[in-house]
Amino acid sequence: MAELTTASASTESHATSLGLSNEKLGMWTLLGSECLFFGALISAYLVYYGRYNGVPEVSPALYDIPFTSVSTFVLLMSSLGMVLALSAIQRGDDRGFRIWILATAMMGTVFLSGQIYEFTVFVNEGMKLDTSPFASSFYVLTSFHGVHVTVGVLMLVTLWARSMTGRLTQTNSEVVENIGLYWHFVDIVWIVIFTAIYLIPWEQATL
Amino acid sequence: MSDIDDLEHADHPDSSQYIVIGIILAVFTAIEVAISFAAVPGHLAIPSLIVLTVVKFALVVLWFMHLRFDSGWFRRLFVFGLVIALAVYAATISLMLYAGGNGPT
Repeated sequence: MAELTTASASTESHATSLGLSNEKLGMWTLLGSECLFFGALISAYLVYYGRYNGVPEVSPALYDIPFTSVSTFVLLMSSLGMVLALSAIQRGDDRGFRIWILATAMMGTVFLSGQIYEFTVFVNEGMKLDTSPFASSFYVLTSFHGVHVTVGVLMLVTLWARSMTGRLTQTNSEVVENIGLYWHFVDIVWIVIFTAIYLIPWEQATL
Repeated sequence: MSDIDDLEHADHPDSSQYIVIGIILAVFTAIEVAISFAAVPGHLAIPSLIVLTVVKFALVVLWFMHLRFDSGWFRRLFVFGLVIALAVYAATISLMLYAGGNGPT
């Protein structure tokens, strides 16, 4: 039955020979490959952890955990907003969809604002992109994720605009599901980054 | 709505279940932050944080991304990428631990 439910996601979707939607299959393939991107970047951060290039004050001690925790909470709740938006449009509740999709985009924007603020504070503290391998790997990883969030917010706003102009309804809602998959992926990547980068005291790690 | 659409909506969680999962995610995040602030020794804190992260990851993937309810092909595609990513991660950790941290500078 699972095969059937996937094939029926939208009347506009084009099925593959497996009976699956091409667009959804493409999105899952993209997300699988994105795991490699982020896996490599997180690994690079761990390799460079502790390499402060003679500037020991630029270290994880600069992280503001309470602030980042709030950002993380906002991003997690945006995932909830996304799934409620999808649920609304699949029920044919266009007004509910527009409210939730806009709320999700706003939460994404709040997260991005927090990231820009965090970067500004770090730069003022002397942690720049070229300060040390540790700083470089931190900025590359977190800004790569930030770019993904930015792309996600733009796609969410586009969905909202399409709904406002009547070009997005229950009948072609599969696009919402696919963009939702992307948005949730951005969320799960941050779940891992938040723990691996901000919370785990790697200097205490022993076998 | 077709019969197949009816089946799809019967399979997927309703809004109240999504909200419950959202609350669980928020609570788990609060526990993670509490662990990082409490003076928990590394050998206890690190495994606890990893377990909580894996559970949060699984909740989002299985329920919010509907992987629990969708075709097995999607699951295979995603897990394939994830396994390779974890292999990269494991190889890196091994290098760090057994190569004396003599990585690039």
